[in-house]
Amino acid sequence: MSKMTIPLGPQHPALKEPVNFTLVLEGEQITGSTVNLGYNHRGVEKAAESRTFLQDIYLIERVCGICSHSHTTCYITCVEELAKALVPERALAIRTLVAELERVHSHLLWLGIAGYEMGFETLFMYSWRDREQVLDCLEMVSGNRVHYGINTIGGVRRDITAEQKKIILSKISYLEERTKYYVKLGTEEPTVLARTQKVGMLPHDVALERGAVGPTARASAVKRDVRKDEPYLIYDKLDFNLITHDTNDVFGRLVVRVLELVESYKIIRQVLNYLPEGPIAVKVPAKIGPGEAVSRYEAPRGEDFHYVKANGTDKPERVKVRAPTMANYPSVSYMLDGGYLADVPMVIAAIDPCMSCTDRAMVYDNKAGKVQIYGWDDLRKYGIEHYKKRGIDFSKM
Amino acid sequence: MKKPARALGEVLSNLFKEKATCNYPFEKAVVDARFRGRIAFESDKCIGCKMCVRACPAKAIEIILSAEQPAAAPVAEGAVPVPAKKKFDCIMSLDRCIYCAQCVDICPKKALISTQDFELAHTDRRTLILHYK
Repeated sequence: MSKMTIPLGPQHPALKEPVNFTLVLEGEQITGSTVNLGYNHRGVEKAAESRTFLQDIYLIERVCGICSHSHTTCYITCVEELAKALVPERALAIRTLVAELERVHSHLLWLGIAGYEMGFETLFMYSWRDREQVLDCLEMVSGNRVHYGINTIGGVRRDITAEQKKIILSKISYLEERTKYYVKLGTEEPTVLARTQKVGMLPHDVALERGAVGPTARASAVKRDVRKDEPYLIYDKLDFNLITHDTNDVFGRLVVRVLELVESYKIIRQVLNYLPEGPIAVKVPAKIGPGEAVSRYEAPRGEDFHYVKANGTDKPERVKVRAPTMANYPSVSYMLDGGYLADVPMVIAAIDPCMSCTDRAMVYDNKAGKVQIYGWDDLRKYGIEHYKKRGIDFSKM
Repeated sequence: MKKPARALGEVLSNLFKEKATCNYPFEKAVVDARFRGRIAFESDKCIGCKMCVRACPAKAIEIILSAEQPAAAPVAEGAVPVPAKKKFDCIMSLDRCIYCAQCVDICPKKALISTQDFELAHTDRRTLILHYK
């Protein structure tokens, strides 16, 4: 059988950042895949060097839309360590609260996208409708749905009132009910199982070897979570479980994320009950350093890493960001190998990238010398049709 | 354990639920009181310290001396003349503004205010540069 090469990306709705996958196909089966990076170089790290520490918060926040709080908290932890600022306990609790609300919103978003990619649009609609509840909480606490801007050097910018606490608790109980239903749906519905089980396999030792992080690693039974390994904020005072799964496939990643939602609700309740009295921020001088600091943070997608070097002025000398998706790319290439073309959207979506723009994938048939262009919609349709022929049909439910 | 048609009951029960969406352009959308919208400026409170200009991450604010300055208060005989408080204008470039409201937080005299105004899209970029007097 002749081999075909398909470029997937760099501009692609299922990719978190523009990235290019070159897939080598033999018939429907993938025999080789390469990841090519470097399409989305925005120069954020360099731009951070020409802004003050305070201005950088808003720049770093825009590294990623969905993990905006993760990046700022990770960066600000470095800056506060350099400035030797003692952040009030209440500020740390509010940061933890926003972090967990963000995790809930990110995982619900992922659940919807996973449903969409497998052709289960009912799940997509329901989980995105429920996600509005947590976005409302975030807007109420911080003032915005996506770029919260809650962090400032030395604390947080907005306090939490007793009334807000009540509203968040009521919304969380609603979401908890809904999540119980999603757990049932995800683990018992035969159509979901057929699309996710034994797809995108990542064995335990390969996950360790390729340095997978976050839910991708935890679904391969790797006990890795910065919140447990190296507690930051107030995670050492909270009681929650580290969720792992041992099926090593997309199904495992689904289960890990849905069960992590339940843990996040637990954390949010504990934080709101704990919330110590006191100030929400301390004053920190504009000039910081000299020195250097690193910090790790468990973002919804995995471990986020920041490095800041200060030289005693009001601007950092160097800022380095390692986002979690970057750490998961080597695993994607392993997961794609040996799988079917129809599973590509599911496997790539399973590391939790996010929607950006549209793209066309080109299928080149060497033998006939023909080129066929696949849009993302066509590829998705192809995946759904492929499974329909094998009796997995969501329209018959 | 496989149980088919798990979604069916949920779909049927949702037939009788209220709509989750709102008819936005025809119905007014409500934002929270903490929402960070267009920044408003009160000239009589401004002391021209330009803290906002230095803090703005997007370089969207300019504080300039007003063209018309208020006249100094009449000086009583023998008293030291008191100079009139200077008046400042603010040029806010909404096409650059990222609505972080850092300027509102940093202003020592609360001359900048965050409003709930969010319907700011425009076809002409020049109309987004507001001159507050």
